[in-house]
Amino acid sequence: MTVESTAARKPRRSSTGGSKRAGAKKAAPQKSTEPELVQLLTPEGKRVKSAKTAEYEAYVADITAEELRGLYRDMVLTRRFDAEATALQRQGELGLWASLLGQEAAQIGSGRATRDDDYVFPTYREHGVAWCRGVDPTNLLGMFRGVNNGGWDPNSNNFHLYTIVIGSQTLHATGYAMGVAKDGADSAVIAYFGDGASSQGDVAESFTFSAVYNAPVVFFCQNNQWAISEPTEKQTRVPLYQRAQGYGFPGVRVDGNDVLAVLAVTKWALERARDGEGPALIEAFTYRMGAHTTSDDPSKYRSDDERVAWEAKDPILRLRAYLESEGHANESFFSELDDESEALGKRVREVVRAMPDPDLMAIFENAYADGHALVDEERAQFAAYQASFADAPAAGEVK
Amino acid sequence: MAVQKLPIARAINESLRTALENDPKVLIMGEDVGKLGGVFRVTDGLQKDFGEDRVIDTPLAESGIVGTAIGLALRGYRPVVEIQFDGFVFPAYDQIVTQLAKMHARALGKIKMPVVVRIPYGGGIGAVEHHSESPEALFAHVAGLKVVSPSNSADAYWMMQQAIQSDDPVIFFEPKRRYWDKGEVDKEAFPELSASLEQGRSRSALLHKAAVAREGSDLTLVAYGPMVKVCLEAAAAAEEEGKSLEVLDLRSMSPIDFDAVQASVEKTGRLVVVHEAPVFLGTGAEIAARITERCFYHLEAPVLRVGGYHAPYPPARLEEEYLPGLDRVLDAVDRSLAY
Repeated sequence: MTVESTAARKPRRSSTGGSKRAGAKKAAPQKSTEPELVQLLTPEGKRVKSAKTAEYEAYVADITAEELRGLYRDMVLTRRFDAEATALQRQGELGLWASLLGQEAAQIGSGRATRDDDYVFPTYREHGVAWCRGVDPTNLLGMFRGVNNGGWDPNSNNFHLYTIVIGSQTLHATGYAMGVAKDGADSAVIAYFGDGASSQGDVAESFTFSAVYNAPVVFFCQNNQWAISEPTEKQTRVPLYQRAQGYGFPGVRVDGNDVLAVLAVTKWALERARDGEGPALIEAFTYRMGAHTTSDDPSKYRSDDERVAWEAKDPILRLRAYLESEGHANESFFSELDDESEALGKRVREVVRAMPDPDLMAIFENAYADGHALVDEERAQFAAYQASFADAPAAGEVK
Repeated sequence: MAVQKLPIARAINESLRTALENDPKVLIMGEDVGKLGGVFRVTDGLQKDFGEDRVIDTPLAESGIVGTAIGLALRGYRPVVEIQFDGFVFPAYDQIVTQLAKMHARALGKIKMPVVVRIPYGGGIGAVEHHSESPEALFAHVAGLKVVSPSNSADAYWMMQQAIQSDDPVIFFEPKRRYWDKGEVDKEAFPELSASLEQGRSRSALLHKAAVAREGSDLTLVAYGPMVKVCLEAAAAAEEEGKSLEVLDLRSMSPIDFDAVQASVEKTGRLVVVHEAPVFLGTGAEIAARITERCFYHLEAPVLRVGGYHAPYPPARLEEEYLPGLDRVLDAVDRSLAY
């Protein structure tokens, strides 16, 4: 699951000292359009190194061509899956879809930094992270089709259910991480959230709890610039990564469209969590290229120019440029990947269209683990009512 | 030594101690639950004996307490969290209603949420505002939660044992004005529980089974938590006037043991439900509706309710008039019997 780095470990910062970058900042608000980013791959696909990024770069210094192709493949397939889901919504097969278009590097880079025994707490848009964790992408579509409200076993892939009320899962991640620490395990936990969720009280409380208990949790904020129609300026006066400083743990802003930088920074943060150095905040600076969901219309609140400018920083194009310029991938790799993408799209389409509606009695299933007298009574009443119709299906029959 | 006379607060303390001893996954979390032992001393001495790793003083953030308890439950722990006072639970209401209650169903049963949320509740102690409320109906309305309240020491001990063993989240309302009332607790045996297990009921069945606190034949009083005592006093007073009242201790507001209420009402023909919480859309309203459906031809009078009013909980100098007391219960009894 992980892209292994053979880099030597670097000395760690104090868990309470905050990052040098964060600490050196002056009070003057930084315009979020001019972020100071950890970047290892420019939008043109050039590897860059600097003294400031050396600590993170060490985690991907020895990355192989095969691993780079793997990251590229993950991003391409995730984007293809996402496009198929959007199309399925347009065709009426899904009720809603929350596209990750543009955020592939943030999700694949961070997802591939996790180990099997780490635990992931996603929002509802982490389709790329789910891919990295080995969750079958068609499992993600049940809730968007309306056949369940989650449905996968979180413990199969250490990938928790999607959480729709924003920010709530950061507390679950923190509690889980407190449990990891109690167990004496060296796993880490990663909590995803967005720029909009950063305003939620639960996110602030998760920062407090994780800091006080030194919990091994990484907070991964995808700042995609827009919380439906509200720009990041409506959520914060300081760059989001700087919030960590006030809680006593480091915060880093990474180029969220640079899969290499995201991989490196996330590995750094997960490793220090495993080493008992507590939480860290990563702000992946990225862009939601599509709508918030298929119900949204971004033309009402943002300009095409902005999207066009961000398209020039596309996460997939820049890695492709790098792979090509370094000779890390040939034409057959790209064409085979095209075929694989189409096959994935076709499979997703077929699985979704064949996905049956749940049995009517599923309404009552799993409301409680130990049973509940009222649920039993209402289930029996409902079954009798349904059976009272002349054309009622037999018990257990799927309608 | 098996049977001890303990105040309710102490019975809960002993029950938590037993759970901590029996199951290394049980944790106690909350504000001031450690060194102080909680503002009501319910967790007194537990941190000293079980350590800061298992009896955890938390930051003052209720949503954070419940939200991290959910995460700990996902990791395999069984957290028992304390909300310091009834009126302080609302910052955690989102985590309880939106996350805790629904997690098991959302995962199609593949994960469980064995979390107990302890809430000292109710009035009668002369407190400042937000320290005297009875919000149980707000939780009983939510599918996925179980809601209970003990009225005496033995129930407090054993219901807490069962709440912690429950694989469903349990909101455990503790009648704070009765914390110091003493009763006998046998920590080795509880006949009703043994019988329940022998009948093959689930291990949390007793938690939701109403108990006949006093037998009678003319009218049924249904109450739970702090109002059971008031109803027992009312029944004693009514007896002097030649009226025989049955008192049913509901124990559980979700699920409600309607079978027990029905059996009593079929015998007496009259029902008065008593709770501190406002009557509007409260536990009594649900009981009245269900019992009217189940016992229409047995009822000699409409089901009456005695409880709080649809107004903010009043300042302490007025609470004795706001809370149902002996006279208000007997007034409702008289009105029912007059039908």
